[in-house]
Amino acid sequence: MSWAQHGQSETRWGLVQHRRSGDSTEGHVFPWFGLDIGGTLVKLVYFEPKDITAEEEEEEVENLKSIRKYLTSNVAYGSTGIRDVHLELKDLTLCGRKGNLHFIRFPTHDMPAFIQMGSEKHFSSLHTTLCATGGGAYKFEQDFLTMGDLELCKLDELDCLVKGVLYIDSVGFNGHSECYYFENPTDPERCQKLPFNLENPYPLLLVNIGSGVSILAAYSKDNYKRVTGTSLGGGTFFGLCCLLTGCSTFEEALEMASHGDSTKVDKLVRDIYGGDYERFGLPGWAVASSFGNMMSKEKRESVSKEDLARATLITITNNIGSIARMCALNENINRVVFVGNFLRINTISMRLLAYALDYWSKGQLKALFLEHEGYFGAVGALLGLLDSA
Amino acid sequence: MLAYYSTVQHKVARVRSFDHSGKDIDNEPLYEISVQEEITARLHFIKFENTYIETCLDFIKDHLVNTETKVIKATGGGAYKFKDLIEKKLGLKVDKEDVMTCLIKGCNFVLRNIPHEVFAYQKDSDTEFRFQTNHPNIFPYLLVNIGSGVSIVKVESEDKFEWIGGSSIGGGTFWGLGALLTKTKKFDELLQLASKGQHTNVDMLVKDVYGGAYQTLGLSGNLIASSFGKSTTADKEFSKEDMAKSLLHMISNDIGQLACLHAKLHNLDKIYFGGFFIRGHPVTMRTITYSINFFSKGEVQALFLRHEGYLGAIGAFLKGAEQDNPNQYSWGENYAGSSGLMSTSPDVYPMQRTRSGTFDMLEMDRLERPLVNLPLLKDPSTYIPDTVDLTDDAMARKYWLTCFEEALDGVAKRAAASQPDSVDAQERAEKFRQKYWNKLQTLRQQPFAYGTLTVRSLLDTREHCLNEFNFPDPYSKVKQKENGIALKCFQSVIESLDSLGWEERQFALVKGLLAGNVFDWGAKAVSDVLESEPQFGFEEAKSKLQGKGRSLDLDLDGPPHKCALIFADNSGIDIILGVFPFVRELLSRGTEVILACNSGPALNDVTYSESLIVTERIAAMDPVIHSALRDEKLLLVQTGSSSPCLDLSRLDQGLAVLVRERQTDLVVIEGMGRAIHTNYYAVLRCESLKLAVIKNSWLADRLGGKIFSVIFKYEVPCK
Repeated sequence: MSWAQHGQSETRWGLVQHRRSGDSTEGHVFPWFGLDIGGTLVKLVYFEPKDITAEEEEEEVENLKSIRKYLTSNVAYGSTGIRDVHLELKDLTLCGRKGNLHFIRFPTHDMPAFIQMGSEKHFSSLHTTLCATGGGAYKFEQDFLTMGDLELCKLDELDCLVKGVLYIDSVGFNGHSECYYFENPTDPERCQKLPFNLENPYPLLLVNIGSGVSILAAYSKDNYKRVTGTSLGGGTFFGLCCLLTGCSTFEEALEMASHGDSTKVDKLVRDIYGGDYERFGLPGWAVASSFGNMMSKEKRESVSKEDLARATLITITNNIGSIARMCALNENINRVVFVGNFLRINTISMRLLAYALDYWSKGQLKALFLEHEGYFGAVGALLGLLDSA
Repeated sequence: MLAYYSTVQHKVARVRSFDHSGKDIDNEPLYEISVQEEITARLHFIKFENTYIETCLDFIKDHLVNTETKVIKATGGGAYKFKDLIEKKLGLKVDKEDVMTCLIKGCNFVLRNIPHEVFAYQKDSDTEFRFQTNHPNIFPYLLVNIGSGVSIVKVESEDKFEWIGGSSIGGGTFWGLGALLTKTKKFDELLQLASKGQHTNVDMLVKDVYGGAYQTLGLSGNLIASSFGKSTTADKEFSKEDMAKSLLHMISNDIGQLACLHAKLHNLDKIYFGGFFIRGHPVTMRTITYSINFFSKGEVQALFLRHEGYLGAIGAFLKGAEQDNPNQYSWGENYAGSSGLMSTSPDVYPMQRTRSGTFDMLEMDRLERPLVNLPLLKDPSTYIPDTVDLTDDAMARKYWLTCFEEALDGVAKRAAASQPDSVDAQERAEKFRQKYWNKLQTLRQQPFAYGTLTVRSLLDTREHCLNEFNFPDPYSKVKQKENGIALKCFQSVIESLDSLGWEERQFALVKGLLAGNVFDWGAKAVSDVLESEPQFGFEEAKSKLQGKGRSLDLDLDGPPHKCALIFADNSGIDIILGVFPFVRELLSRGTEVILACNSGPALNDVTYSESLIVTERIAAMDPVIHSALRDEKLLLVQTGSSSPCLDLSRLDQGLAVLVRERQTDLVVIEGMGRAIHTNYYAVLRCESLKLAVIKNSWLADRLGGKIFSVIFKYEVPCK
């Protein structure tokens, strides 16, 4: 792979000085980035101005132009960087500027290469502020400084997440609703994805499923707190899948899961009681013990990798649903918004979360989802940059 | 796991008055002692690994003779699996019962009947097992049963419980997923792998994401951010140990978190954990405790049960015996017939385990009478009978275990000598010696085996072992003789007391009470004196007392008490020449007296039946006692106990009723076992007097005095 090598061949970062933000009343210097460095993935949002005047263009340094061109004319960067084109927000007005918002991700382990590229291309000479959130903003702070001569503006993860969610929801998804839910989640035949109006969002439980899971309760724009978190998250699903099936990408793991049958791996209530366990009102189809059938040698030998991947996905998803439901009850909140990159291309989990929340709360809780899944922290970081004036 | 109920025949000592009419009573023994067969109801629970089911069934069969058991109750998966085998082998019908109902019934039963049933686990403290005082009200509580899955049940009363949640990530997940990841098949082996692993090689920690702690949220850098978050690669190999450890943390943390969320929602602060995931495994108790502390920020306590593995079986039994209503009785753990905590745990002493056989047992004796709290206890929920916790205090433990070891030969000898007509007395005494010796060795290694180790539990275990080998009352003849001798002196003691002035008399009475208490065969220092100086008498005892000059601050010149409750100690001089003159003085002042003696024999302590005969004889000599008995101003009751010590939270219900009815306002507790080893720190709602003579030089040293020092503790409750 490498971002850096690939970037090197594609991009030419100029050395011409751009005007200082101090000189201008028009706002912040371009480029506008927001960075969220998570445990597994780095999420980068980039605002591409579309209203550049001829005069501006004239003044614009070569460096900046080539960044814009590189980012907007490619959908993949190196072997691991990807632009989620389908998520691009078009004709957005941000701080008085019109443009498109791009969503890019790459693995956190390529972070050193990313910094290296920034350094080689004298990114620091642009004198822009790089706002970053996520654990990596702390972990890589020193690397940015020493390798890239860049001082990161570190922003709080929760602030960024909440801010990002509220912003993206408010601008909508190119004329469509950002927020959606599943109607009839308990009926596979009639289950369908429908838009949800999140105009009055509070109170709200926000469940962010990245490598791990953070659960936030938001009562108003400025009043929110982290309720709890769990270490059983996307990283656990992917990590266990790698160990159990030998797969090497999240996409591969999900693909396997979509072809598997978890009931071969899990022990269901009906496997123990022959049917429903009426004493406790437990339906026969409920999972009594995740991986419970794997206690038996014969059954271990008869399951496929796909079955194992599916069981891992179901286990992790149900558990997140269960913790989220308990938090919602304790916080007395009935709308639960699930975000984070674990849900990317992961319809199985989203439907299961919708189903589980509805079933176990007897219809009291509603699971909501957002189209931009894992990018809210990065969006929040970008907004942080623009707020800082 | 099997439970059965049987009636056990065992010998009990009985005393009966002779018909003295027209006989020369001076040369006759005071009363007749006989040994009779008595039938006790006993619950047996046997836990075993399925591989040993045949051995276990053979064992039960041998012990089932002479019982009328027709149906055996079974719960759990084995009930289905081994139904035919059990029915064939034992000739009994197997009834299957609902698992959860049984579990909760069993849990309620042990919480109510077994002191020190509950403990908190603290791996990194000196005392790994911190046993809890039984709370008089056990409800409501949360029971989290971690079997293959997890069930979270809220128990509100005896019959009311509700499944409030659960999780599919449980013991089956650890086992199943663990077997897949490590190719290790056995649960125990997986736990052992886990205890050797480093989860940080597999888990993504907060510091792996942040480079350090996440300070704004106060999350430590060592916190797990993503379980298995480092294994997201196909190229790297991870060690079995590390993966097992990571899995253990993942599952324990998850269960702890869900349990805390449920506890918070239902406003509960006690969670009992059970199920095979927990059963006797320090590794899982530790991780669960950590998780509960972390997620509840210390507001919820993770608690474990000594007999957790027996709950289902106990409940199944109780359900089968519902027509007999076993819950109307009190039960006592029989230390002689029960294996200690973790006796089969592979984590502790693996060597010992291979020797100690293949199963684990619990025996519970049905007590004749229901036991309740003394209504005068200031706070029953914090009352701890025992003065020194030997589980905590290693020095004290060493001393007392050695002390009991050294006394053992003498006790065995006396037991054999107490049954001169029995041909097998020597043999049984030797078996007793061996059994008690083994118990002491177990306790040296595992002081937590039977709950908090105390002098009381050591004494009680010895009594249980003596009973086990049919030595119901080794001191019966000694007591008989000493009662006879003391009775002869009663009148002269009364005469000399009556000749004294009021103040002098009060002093002499208390001194007499204390001197009488010197006569204690339970104390080695005293039995040495009594063995070597048969003529040692009341006057010599008085002169042995240390600290003679003590002034008495007992408020006897105030208005008389309404009613005094006296817990008596020894037979002979103690009760007759020490306690009775004191009782007589109280009665003369218009104070009613409830005299409480043990229901069953222990050492040379006076039993209730002996006290009836002794009182009758004193009444024949003394008009004060006579009329008090007639007018029910002097009442004799039994404590419900057969221990040389005294647990004020487990007393005969009849006693408690009487104490309330008579508005008892003074409690006198006499003797080393009852007032020093236990109850020294007991706080009562009324005036109390605790007195004893310290007949053990180590204890005297500990309390800063000399042997034969006097403890005289008079306490008035703060208003």
